[in-house]
Amino acid sequence: METLEKVLTPEEQFQARIDADIRIEPKDWMPDAYRKTLIRQISQHAHSELVGMLPEGNWITRAPSLKRKSILLAKVQDEAGHGLYLYSAAETLGTTRDQMLADLHSGKAKYSSIFNYPTLSWADMGCVGWLVDGAAILNQVPLCRTSYGPYARAMVRVCKEESFHQRQGFEIMQTLCEGATAQKEMAQEALNRWWWPTLMMFGPKDSESPNTAQSMNWRIKRFTNDELRQKFVDMMVPQAEFLGLTVPDPAVKWNEARQAYDFGEVNWEEFWAVVKGNGMCNHERLQARVQAHEAGAWVREAANAHAAKRAAREAVAA
Amino acid sequence: MTTKTPSPQINMNQSEWPLWEVFIRSKQGLDHKHVGSLHAADATMAVQNARDVYTRRLEGVSIWVVESTHIHASNPDDSEAFFDPAADKVYRHPTFYDVPDSIKHM
Amino acid sequence: MLTQDLSSAKATAAAEPSLLFPYVLQLADTSLILAHRLSEWCGHGPILEQDLALANIALDLLGEARSYYQYAAELEGQGRTEDDLAYLRSAVEYRNPLLVEQPNGDFAHTIVRQFLFDNFHYHLLKTLKNGPDTHLAAIAEKSVKEAAYHLKWSSEWMIRLGDGTDESRQRLDKAIATLWRFAGELTTPTAAETTLQEIGVLPDYATLLAEMQAHTENVFAQATVPLPAPAFAQLGGKTGRHSEHLGYLLSELQYMQRTYPGLTW
Repeated sequence: METLEKVLTPEEQFQARIDADIRIEPKDWMPDAYRKTLIRQISQHAHSELVGMLPEGNWITRAPSLKRKSILLAKVQDEAGHGLYLYSAAETLGTTRDQMLADLHSGKAKYSSIFNYPTLSWADMGCVGWLVDGAAILNQVPLCRTSYGPYARAMVRVCKEESFHQRQGFEIMQTLCEGATAQKEMAQEALNRWWWPTLMMFGPKDSESPNTAQSMNWRIKRFTNDELRQKFVDMMVPQAEFLGLTVPDPAVKWNEARQAYDFGEVNWEEFWAVVKGNGMCNHERLQARVQAHEAGAWVREAANAHAAKRAAREAVAA
Repeated sequence: MTTKTPSPQINMNQSEWPLWEVFIRSKQGLDHKHVGSLHAADATMAVQNARDVYTRRLEGVSIWVVESTHIHASNPDDSEAFFDPAADKVYRHPTFYDVPDSIKHM
Repeated sequence: MLTQDLSSAKATAAAEPSLLFPYVLQLADTSLILAHRLSEWCGHGPILEQDLALANIALDLLGEARSYYQYAAELEGQGRTEDDLAYLRSAVEYRNPLLVEQPNGDFAHTIVRQFLFDNFHYHLLKTLKNGPDTHLAAIAEKSVKEAAYHLKWSSEWMIRLGDGTDESRQRLDKAIATLWRFAGELTTPTAAETTLQEIGVLPDYATLLAEMQAHTENVFAQATVPLPAPAFAQLGGKTGRHSEHLGYLLSELQYMQRTYPGLTW
């Protein structure tokens, strides 16, 4: 055993721990690239939660019943909580929340493109919960077993809380689909808009995702983009059928041989356009975040100043 | 790293509220357990923020917060020296001892 | 002593749902409108931790509002639901005091509005939970715990902003100057409230005022802010004469129910 350790480089020892499913903890040695990739991935995830509050927040004041209003507010609040858990996990890697927010605000850091689409009707609250959260859960559940301890623990908490999010979305859709014609039309129209952007949430095709292999090796990603996309389609098509809605893709068809649904090609031009900042709401979303942060600066400073004054007074008294 | 002159990034972070580690007792009789961290300007606010962030689903009956900079941790490089020596002290465990079956209450 | 006074009036109150109905509706409207205002902060708070805190308060108030609306619907006995009452009444039928419909403004305005409300709300609920109307008492019993936390939260922020930076102090002063005139309405009884006070369902607001005043003085002293002189009390909300802000708020709140009448969501 001793001789073995001598021949292994730190990188190899690190990889051996990961292969043995031993979690990496904050003070453990880790390759710089692992640290950097994780900071990027976790902060991107945190930013997505933060920016993700906006499209749904857009309907809190217009929710159609007191019950729906409570549920929606609680859900959007959960997203703030999830952002907070994830920022905390990233902070254990040596960055700060301020730094991460600065990167978000400058456009250096990305967040999920799905939130750059507008929420135009109440049915969008259904679609965001049912489809968008459904897609997010597929991504997130495997991350509960990711190699970095604080990230995995944050994800366990996120997934536990997230479980009601998709259900409430589906319930909204179901209520609409069992309701009046206007409601059913609203549901179908929303599905038409959200279906393809949701498929884009899983990222570019595997053949165009060069970092996937390394991330899978490090177990900070546990399935490929295309695997998850297929899983999602297989899960959602029967649910749409149950609702009596039509998925806006004529190519969707059960493939007996593959035991999976075939489906059409994502519009990658649109995908890259939104990633590059040309979605309907890229501008507004970022602007809203920057505005909130800047408008809050004096509040944060005041609390700091007061804490310092109080500490000074207590020091004198003691 | 601490001896370097402050970079603009560090200056900017002076306005950031300090980081606190949060420990929650989920029910009477259990230990407080680390659940995560958050930012707060002072201890009073840290306890309240912990309440608002980490106990929204009846997760706790008591909260501890500690400013993260006040936590002193063992060094992973020392972990062999620290923890491996306990591995061969089997006599510390009750299962090490043979007790005749006929002896009760031991 | 107050508790005893309220208990002795039990029979009278139970016999008069028509007297209680508008008051319970007033409580419901008040909590709903403030919850709505606070929910506008969601996603725009000064820091994530406080975004969560604001949403928690909004959710508490929303829950409280629903309990009141359900009780009001029961008292009315016309088959209306909580949603009918919240979504299908016009601004002139709304009975919330003017304070809670005031716009969020900056964080200081939100804090001052919250502090003024919490200070009244907490002390009111403390007496209502021992009141003769058992249904109202049960709602108050649950809500008073929430209100105690709200008051703690807003009081501490009053102190931080008052005794923080020059800027926070200026903003707090400005918010106090803007909102102080709406504080008086909370404790100025309407004719309906006076009747309920006379039969012992509601406490005499003078008894609340003493406790409220003591708390205010304590908080302002810690905030190093001089107590403002008693301002002219702007009245009207509780009798349906609102500021211009409520109409816009309701047009958002009621948008779906008004656009698609009679549907289930």
